[in-house]
Amino acid sequence: MIQLTPWDLLIASVLIILLAVTSFLLQLNIAKQLVIAAIRNVIQLLMVGYILKLIFNSNNIWLLGMIALVMLFIAGFEINARQKYPLKRWTGFKIGISALFLSSFSMTIMSLVVIIAPSPWYTPQYAIPLLGMLLGNTMNGISLGMDKLNQTVYLQRQVIEQRLMLGQDYHEVISEIRAESVRTGMIPIINSMAIAGIVSLPGMMTGQILSGTAPIEAVKYQILIFFMISAGTGFGIILSVWMISKRLFDERQRLNLDILRIKR
Amino acid sequence: MPELIIKNLNIAAILPELSQSFDFSVSPGNCLGINGPSGIGKSVFLKALADMLPHEGEVFLDDIACQSIPAPQWRRQVTLLPAESQWWADRVGEHFKHFEAPLFNSLGFDEAVMDWQIVHLSSGEKQRLACIRVLMNQPKALLMDEPTANLDKDNRLQLEKVIADYQTKHQIPILWISHDQEQLARVSQSVLMLNKHHYEIRITAEIL
Repeated sequence: MIQLTPWDLLIASVLIILLAVTSFLLQLNIAKQLVIAAIRNVIQLLMVGYILKLIFNSNNIWLLGMIALVMLFIAGFEINARQKYPLKRWTGFKIGISALFLSSFSMTIMSLVVIIAPSPWYTPQYAIPLLGMLLGNTMNGISLGMDKLNQTVYLQRQVIEQRLMLGQDYHEVISEIRAESVRTGMIPIINSMAIAGIVSLPGMMTGQILSGTAPIEAVKYQILIFFMISAGTGFGIILSVWMISKRLFDERQRLNLDILRIKR
Repeated sequence: MPELIIKNLNIAAILPELSQSFDFSVSPGNCLGINGPSGIGKSVFLKALADMLPHEGEVFLDDIACQSIPAPQWRRQVTLLPAESQWWADRVGEHFKHFEAPLFNSLGFDEAVMDWQIVHLSSGEKQRLACIRVLMNQPKALLMDEPTANLDKDNRLQLEKVIADYQTKHQIPILWISHDQEQLARVSQSVLMLNKHHYEIRITAEIL
């Protein structure tokens, strides 16, 4: 594989600077954001690079577990970060973490133990990127599904109460909204599976091919990842949407919007 | 012949201004009007009776306590008809299990109504259909929250008659919130006058 030197990256950065200057001249108001994002990108990725180097060399399961937990907690927090009608902080965090944990972690462990089977099974070179990809995608899915669910329930609260008033069971009342929320969360991953290879080359596969892996090998890994991500995302969304919709009604099947943090 | 019995009902937890306990019953075939200044909590009170809001105390339909049966079952028997109805599907027919000719006809609709679009309904049509929707549940007690507020005089009388017919046939108790004294005189035998710290029940004929 051809190694990149700092000079190579510097040349690439000239393009970003050119774009920043252009957008400044055109008064597009994104120059500052662009430069900050680019700098953050360099710092974050370099840090990760060094941390990964450290972990790969140590092969220590405890260190790996700690990193995995940090990743889980940050993802659990981020799920609730950009919601229109977010859940109360602690509730949202609890639901996010448990849905992520049950889907992403079990998927990653299963694919490590049963499918890829490196030795030992927790070999960080496989475990970290897999977990990262699963967490990232599942997080997106759960976040979208949650947003749709909370927003729909909040906006349709009068209709929901009307249906309860007529003696309908809460399952009957919420089932359509629930299905719609799961669908919303699944759209991105279904889209990217559908266009993979035709419109875009998936990032992971591109990376492997660039680093010299035979295309067919890269494709096999990519298919595995897609299946894992779809299943992880799907189960994660279903879990979180079910957990929230259960809490949206109290023990006497009354709509309980107290679990939402309504911004006034 | 069901009787609606309210024992020590208290909703101060959700409506602190209304700090009193309610203890009364509505006998089979009787209608109790509810009257009082607006904003006092009349609607909240009816919502609590339908178990749509948390409350202290207990409501009975004969000897069946509200808390002793699943909430949806209670709400199908003790049904609230709110002032403004809500519709969840595109067409009228999707909100009904089937078309029941006598009931629909009595409020001025024929079978074609099942195909009408909800967005094209007037508020009066919505309210009459909401009344049909509630009666098709075969409730054993009715909680009316100004159900005729959006209706013109003819439709108001028509709806009152349909409710009265159902009441006579099934001998159900009714609670009926209304600001319209004439309406209370037509539909109710007694009226609950609701104030902040106390309520009193008086014979309708005496107060009007």
